[in-house]
Amino acid sequence: MSERILSASAALAEALHEEMTRDETVFILGEDLTAHAGIFGQFKGIPEAFPGRIIDTPISETCIAGCGVGAALTGMRPIVDFHFSDFVTCGMDELCNQAAKIRYMFGGQVNVPLVVWCPDGAGLRAAAQHSQSLEAWFVHTPGLKVVIPSEPADVKGLIKSAIRDDDPVMFFQHKRLFAREGPVPEDSEFLIPLGRAAVKREGKDVSLLCYGSGFFICMEAAQALAREEIEAEVVDLRTLKPLDMETVASSIRKTNRAVVVHEACLTGGFGSELAARIQEELFDELDAPILRVGARDVPIPFSPGLEDFVLPKSDSVIRAAKRVCYR
Amino acid sequence: MAPGGGEENMKEEAKTLLDIYRTMVTVRLFETMAGEHFAAGKIPGFIHLSIGQEASSVGVCSCLRPDDYVASTHRGHGHMIAKGADLKRMTAELFGKATGYCKGKGGSMHVADFSIGILGCNGVVAGGLPLITGAGLSIKLRRTDQVAVVFFGDGASNRGPVHEAMNMAAIWTLPIIFVVENNQYASTTPQSYSCSVGDLCTRAAGYGMPGLAVDGNDVMAVREAALEAVDRARRGKGPTFIENKTYRVRGHFEGDPQKYREESEVLAWQKQNDPIERFEALLRKKKLLTKKASRSILEQVRAEIDAAVAFAEQSPYPAPEDALDDLFVNP
Ligand SMILES: Cc1ncc(C[n+]2csc(CCOP(=O)(O)OP(=O)(O)O)c2C)c(N)n1
Ligand SMILES: [Mg+2]
Repeated sequence: MSERILSASAALAEALHEEMTRDETVFILGEDLTAHAGIFGQFKGIPEAFPGRIIDTPISETCIAGCGVGAALTGMRPIVDFHFSDFVTCGMDELCNQAAKIRYMFGGQVNVPLVVWCPDGAGLRAAAQHSQSLEAWFVHTPGLKVVIPSEPADVKGLIKSAIRDDDPVMFFQHKRLFAREGPVPEDSEFLIPLGRAAVKREGKDVSLLCYGSGFFICMEAAQALAREEIEAEVVDLRTLKPLDMETVASSIRKTNRAVVVHEACLTGGFGSELAARIQEELFDELDAPILRVGARDVPIPFSPGLEDFVLPKSDSVIRAAKRVCYR
Repeated sequence: MAPGGGEENMKEEAKTLLDIYRTMVTVRLFETMAGEHFAAGKIPGFIHLSIGQEASSVGVCSCLRPDDYVASTHRGHGHMIAKGADLKRMTAELFGKATGYCKGKGGSMHVADFSIGILGCNGVVAGGLPLITGAGLSIKLRRTDQVAVVFFGDGASNRGPVHEAMNMAAIWTLPIIFVVENNQYASTTPQSYSCSVGDLCTRAAGYGMPGLAVDGNDVMAVREAALEAVDRARRGKGPTFIENKTYRVRGHFEGDPQKYREESEVLAWQKQNDPIERFEALLRKKKLLTKKASRSILEQVRAEIDAAVAFAEQSPYPAPEDALDDLFVNP
């Protein structure tokens, strides 16, 4: 399979281009999409290539999300752009009471093939209302799938699967990772199935379980740990729901130690869920308690020194990894 | 005008107008300073400037008392200054310093001064409307004669909470003034595309409240409408909706590529409809302001802004662990 180096943004645009060509029921709905190809330039080329299928809306998140659900119920495959993931709060009923429940509540009569695309994450000095990582809210809502890619190839392979999936998918992409480049397969049938994690670095001493921006922190930490003769295995979960427990389990059977890492704040975060699952299912495999690394439990502050302080860094991962290795 | 007090009243009026002029100049120079320091990398994050919209913020706030409430937006520096905010603490907040209004936790989009009734700028579009409804209800329950003003944009006017707030304010006759600053764009989206009506004030009728369309770059027209609305609210007669028709001459945020409009459109507004120039011309015609006096006001304001910048620059950043303070009263 031939590959090129693309940014995460370009990988997204390419995948959308391919899927919109392949299936004419796919369309994009959201605020400020056509003038600058999305506020992060993430839809480059799409407005020109698919006029009428990338639709600017008024600032009306409730109805944007609801329109996505309604169109999904009636034969379309909408992608709803939430502008900043923080504004999911303005469409919560449509996402959590409608999209998540309709199939089940109506006894499986109908599908909701909706993708909710949410740029998330901190680090841009954008302060408390433009910096959050909210995936745990949706993991806690039965009926929604939750996908968080890290590298550009994951973006391409996962957004394509999300679009083709017949269920509602919350798709979070970190704002600071849009420009980050990596090899991306050219193949228009390059799909990464939902619910499949990837072991992106092999190691025998400790499993670093992560996703999204947490993945890059872990790779950095793994390199530093290697200099101290700790070989960390980095497992990029990629999909939180469905969760690939098999890959997690086989890594932990090898390392007997685990650290869960995410940018979202610690309390009630996905790390808590994963740590609980591991101790329920793999207790006998563990040689140390599972540790979690996440942001401090405060809203994201504005001033650079404050923001940097609350966010997890590779140092936090290194410390946790050493602790579980009793080093 | 009270009989016999003609001259006194004229003096008073002249002072008010000159104060308004000075405040408009302050907003303009503050915003200009913010744009420059943002470009120079001294202000982190992103900022939204209100240059060209000074008549709206200053005209409305010139009718308010210190104990009246204001809820603002992401484009809120002007509302803050017009309501009487301290330039030093504003600037320090934009710079992320410990001496800022929010100790560096908020930044440009989240400045606030509760001591002068500002219930906060807001990063969530239309976020202020439900809050101001609560402030209006609180005024009613506490039986004071305060009023509550909410500023929001043409883009914000399409969000559901706006309509919930207007209905509630109307059914409970709350002392609220809804001020939509129709600057013709919401980020990249023209108002003509996003709104079902051209005159947003017509939406007021649907909620049974008066709706006024105002030349939002004419500070006297804005003030006249706001005086009427404030008087109505203070007398317990309920909410008013004011549409200030204006124009955003800067990009949505500093650094906006602005592919959605022609530069000539912006230049035309700047040249022919600058609210400060228009007001200056009026003051000159009324013989209330000489060229020399306006130059001296400009210099005084510039000195105040320079002092604010110096204060911000000399102020320390918050200590990193201060990030953990202020979450709860009783942690
Ligand atoms: C609920 C919500 N949706 C979207 C945004 C992103 N956003 C910030 S400002 C803005 C445009 C607002 O336009 P308008 O209300 O007209 O105010 P203006 O910027 O013109 O002052 C948008 C879309 C947001 N901050 N909050
Ligand atoms: Mg606007």
